[in-house]
Amino acid sequence: MKFPADYPYFVAAWILLCGLYGIVRSKHLVHMVISLTVVQSSTYVLLLAIGFRRGGYAPVFAGLHTGARVVDPIVQALMLTDVVVETTVVALLLAMVVKAYEKGGTTSPDDLRFLRG
Amino acid sequence: MKRSHRLWLFAVGALGMGFVYCAGARNLPPWGQYRGPYGDAIAQLAVYERHTTDTVNAVTYDYRGFDTLGEEFILFSAVTGVMLLLRPEKQDSGGKRDEKGGNPASFRDRAALSETVQMFTTAIFGFAVIFGIYMATHGQLTPGGGFQGGVILAAAPMLLYIAENTEAFQRIVSHPLVEFLEGAGAAGYALIGMAALAMGAAFLTNVIPLGTTGDVFSSGTIAAISACVGVEVAAGFTLIIFEYLREILSQKKNEEP
Repeated sequence: MKFPADYPYFVAAWILLCGLYGIVRSKHLVHMVISLTVVQSSTYVLLLAIGFRRGGYAPVFAGLHTGARVVDPIVQALMLTDVVVETTVVALLLAMVVKAYEKGGTTSPDDLRFLRG
Repeated sequence: MKRSHRLWLFAVGALGMGFVYCAGARNLPPWGQYRGPYGDAIAQLAVYERHTTDTVNAVTYDYRGFDTLGEEFILFSAVTGVMLLLRPEKQDSGGKRDEKGGNPASFRDRAALSETVQMFTTAIFGFAVIFGIYMATHGQLTPGGGFQGGVILAAAPMLLYIAENTEAFQRIVSHPLVEFLEGAGAAGYALIGMAALAMGAAFLTNVIPLGTTGDVFSSGTIAAISACVGVEVAAGFTLIIFEYLREILSQKKNEEP
């Protein structure tokens, strides 16, 4: 892994750290949930970067002869399902935020001490 | 823990993570020079083995079908969780849903709606429905599939909401059929897998005749599962939209008196 040539790998790490920084500095639960989606999007960059092939076609053989150079279809399939599932999980987390505000009257992650297991 | 302490802890952790990441990614092939072999093997075989031209969906709904079933149920349980959390707390059994929560569409920002927006959103409603169905049913041939098509289909009622066609919006999103379809889509996927068991093959084996490559009715279970996923995603997203709008409305009601 060389620095300028393989920049997508570094971009993925940078996005991951940005999201984690957002979670650590978060003063609002909605902000925290959105930071989590930033963390998750770093995996998309990493997966697609690993499967990318310079000059490769999309792995769809409609109008493309079999045996053509294509990019990796497996990593694309991995993230395809994740994009949709992530959205519903975010909806679930935001619903929890709504309930936390209703029960505790706060949206700050630091003030969630009223939660007991 | 104080905020400044937490930040220092993060700085140390981030440095450590960056180090481990770089060490771990050091031997990755250079960017743009994918080496395989699995991606290449699938890309070579899927067209012959499964008669599908979109190898991404061949992986999603067939080669990796069992994992996708799991993700499907993550989606299902997340939607169920949203409904459980946001449901009005005092709910009488058997009552109509919109009596408790009111009409979610009656709440809108009070800004005047431009006629252009209203006309365009109404005009592309039909297009969005057709495009969503097309996406969900042609995943085996071209980019698309159940997940993408389902999201497009769920966006269609939102267009009505933007266009302030609130009656039609309310009729669609609060229809009991939406809940049924959400369950039916998830169950359909599992049942297609079990059909293979009944025929003596392993779970989720592609048992439906494969058809001609490039035909809409080709690729066996891939097309069928894709359609099931499309139904489930569309219904699940519609349910989430409905629950959130009802939540906004009940908040609004609490503030008014």
